[in-house]
Amino acid sequence: MTHPTPPASPTASASPPLARRQDGLWLALAWAAAAIVLMPLASLALLASGSSEGLWGHLASTVLPGALATTFWLMLGVGLVTTVVGVTTAWLVTMCRFPGRGLFDWALLVPLAVPTYIIAIAYVEVLQYAGPVQSAVRALFGFSSPREYWFPEIRSLGGAIFVLSAVLYPYVYLTARASFLLQSAGPLDVARTLGATPLRLFLRVALPMSRPAIAVGVSLALMECLNDIGAVTFFGVKTLTFSIYDTWLNRSNLTGAAQLACAMLVVVFALLTLERRARARQRFDQNRGKQHAPTPYRLTGWRAAGALVACSLPVLLGFVVPASLLIERSTRRLEMLADPDFLAAAANSALLAGIASLVIVALAVVLVFAVRLRKSGRLRLAARIAAIGYAVPGTVLAVGILIPLARFDNGLDALMEQLFGISTGLLLLGSGTGLIYAYVVRFIAVAHGQIEDGFGKISPNLDMAARTLGRQSGRILGEVHLPLLQPVLLSALLITFVDCMKELPATILLRPFNFDTLATTVFEAASREAFEDAALPALTIVVLGLAPVILLARTSAQTFRTRASRRTTGGQTPGPLIPGP
Amino acid sequence: MTFKTVPSFARTALLASTLVVSVAPVALADGEVNIYSYRQPTLIQPLLDAFTAETGIKTNVIFANEGLEERIAAEGANSPADVLLSVDIGRLDGAKQAGITQPIVSDTVKANIPATYLDPEGHWVGLTTRARVIYASKDRVQQDTITYEELADPKWKGKICTRSGQHVYTIGLVASMIAHKGVEETEKWLVGLRDNLARKPAGNDRSQVQGIKNGECDIALSNTYYMGAMMTNEKEPEQKEWAASARMIFPNAADRGTHVNIAGIVMAKHAPNKDNALKLVEFLSTPKAQQIYAEASFEYPVTPGVAPSELVQSFGTLKADTLSIQEIAKNRKAASELVDKVRFDDGPAS
Repeated sequence: MTHPTPPASPTASASPPLARRQDGLWLALAWAAAAIVLMPLASLALLASGSSEGLWGHLASTVLPGALATTFWLMLGVGLVTTVVGVTTAWLVTMCRFPGRGLFDWALLVPLAVPTYIIAIAYVEVLQYAGPVQSAVRALFGFSSPREYWFPEIRSLGGAIFVLSAVLYPYVYLTARASFLLQSAGPLDVARTLGATPLRLFLRVALPMSRPAIAVGVSLALMECLNDIGAVTFFGVKTLTFSIYDTWLNRSNLTGAAQLACAMLVVVFALLTLERRARARQRFDQNRGKQHAPTPYRLTGWRAAGALVACSLPVLLGFVVPASLLIERSTRRLEMLADPDFLAAAANSALLAGIASLVIVALAVVLVFAVRLRKSGRLRLAARIAAIGYAVPGTVLAVGILIPLARFDNGLDALMEQLFGISTGLLLLGSGTGLIYAYVVRFIAVAHGQIEDGFGKISPNLDMAARTLGRQSGRILGEVHLPLLQPVLLSALLITFVDCMKELPATILLRPFNFDTLATTVFEAASREAFEDAALPALTIVVLGLAPVILLARTSAQTFRTRASRRTTGGQTPGPLIPGP
Repeated sequence: MTFKTVPSFARTALLASTLVVSVAPVALADGEVNIYSYRQPTLIQPLLDAFTAETGIKTNVIFANEGLEERIAAEGANSPADVLLSVDIGRLDGAKQAGITQPIVSDTVKANIPATYLDPEGHWVGLTTRARVIYASKDRVQQDTITYEELADPKWKGKICTRSGQHVYTIGLVASMIAHKGVEETEKWLVGLRDNLARKPAGNDRSQVQGIKNGECDIALSNTYYMGAMMTNEKEPEQKEWAASARMIFPNAADRGTHVNIAGIVMAKHAPNKDNALKLVEFLSTPKAQQIYAEASFEYPVTPGVAPSELVQSFGTLKADTLSIQEIAKNRKAASELVDKVRFDDGPAS
């Protein structure tokens, strides 16, 4: 996110040539990674280059104005709600002390594990006419038909903003929280000494300092809301993504769909660039020589109660409500637990998501590190373009992924046939590796933004010091950057793992024969309109997604404790970026 | 967890991804047939089991909701796909237009399935039909006959429920209206229908029937087989109540007949197990398979002489519209544009 350009930054000419030997290698590696991730987007652009048979005229005169407005309001709504909820809760758990804070520290992350298509179904079940809430209202007031009273319709734009925000705010929470924790106490203490009230301190000092991190979180939430098709279709909210699917599937116009998707990406990219430009002259790295954590505010009385409510509401709405419904429905189908197909699906999900999240984080580190080494503007641009693939509607991106995979397989097959007379068939497409590739393409943005932001917080002075001591770039990364980034890396691993577990459109289209993950099992049941069959696998996604949250919370709590004990002897502490219980 | 060196990351990832690759079955061996399917595995498994029992040929399935045509096209000559099981004439015909199919040349199929449900050039074979009918409240609707045209009559104002106008089922119906009445007439009809809606189109077919149970609407558009699926739903017994609140009326029974659509199969252009694929298609056209399919899916068999399941027969007699399904396929694009044009999915104007 931030790209510090200190006047004394190390340049090729400034350091001994020997110490820069490896840099070219890193750059080459990063370019290779960027190219691989960019290929599906290039395929989409290629698809879009054909003629769309008068599509734009039709769309412009019919659904496009409405779709644009709907998408705008949806993004505005989700953007505002996730920012307010994510930032407020992050500030409360990092800067204040109140009963239950330790629990909320990690519990606030939990809704992240609930897929949007699940929470949408769950809230319709709860809030629809025959659901428990409306039944209670009718019983209470003695109504007997829907025409006798007004009840907010969950299948609406407002409903979509609500359910999407309920599971997407953790992106903002996590990045804002990490940023608040990394903030050195210095500026905050200065402000306090000058008599700033807590609110002023938050608005005028902490918030501006955390802007890059918050921007990462909000843009992730917004891109996820842009690419969503499950929840919006179910709610009948006609977004741009909906028009893209109609164009492709009902009018057999893949070219037109690709054009719409590309146009949408250009707008997303422009918005992200504008946001970065707006803070281009600011630097966010901080000197953390002998820092100490800022003194927290102790909340008591109604303030503590307020904090408690503010933190429990998101967890309640984003997790407890949908999870309770899933648990209730799962109990009707407990025999599934012994079903070998179900167990295989769970194992597939965990294995694929585990490997993919490691690969994604490793690639993101390479991309950001190479940019840091060489200040390569072009590579940074390439990485950022690659990262907006996240905003493409899932199945459309999956079609974009199909093309390079098939090209590679068929090319290799032809080559092997020619050279050795053996046919290799399709190696990657329809294999686990192909799926991992798809996850990398879809979710590199999630890791890239956080890691870019994390690197931005590491002072270039450290790089210079290491160079002076004769360290090669690989050792700087391994011995200086990665240890400092460990909390950021863990948090990136966690989010990408959960995202891969939930991933549906690419998995379903690109998978091997007779191969299921939890997400495809959920979808298969949901597409038969059999919600109770979907409940247990959906719950398993949530539970498997929770496991790393809790595990990492433990690990980082330990890290925090050891760091804290070192702190007394003058060591430095970045603090736990992953919440500790 | 330590992050000393990046290569250790890479090693783990590489090792593990090889493991995953080996999970992928080699689907090209003899004695197999590879099926890409838009129909849920649960639905077709009994059929496939019967096929394997009879022929010894193993079946491999990939189920997806969209994009399988694009996958077959991208895979090209190396595609493992033998057949694509699909629903809706639009999709079957679309696969043919995309050039990813080959003619199914079989006297058995021709003998078993009426020409109405076969592509003249053999590129797709219809296997079952389903009708788009009216589910009417047992309490609030008196009449026993209805027409699609009548749905635009103001007497139904605020009483009709339907899913999205852009859903393939609705598109099929609108396309058939265009084929019968022309675009202008259909547009007027669609506006009338939209203004009679009880609520904005959303949810699936079952939730429209649930709307009848709840008193939100008096009539709903839905496919025939959902009645069977809901009536026999032991896992979610509340759906039995939804079904019990409604009865089925077959529209236009007195004139042109009720709009029907098909589920069917195509053979992939580069099918690696072509012989087995042909055996599968032929098997699916036999009375035995048609019986199993009809029982499992509550759809109508296409092979003459095979009766629908008893439950389906209890819904009443289907008189299917004889309009050729190619006509419906042809008008889908116009139908989709019309739905956009009248802003059907925004719900009633007033």
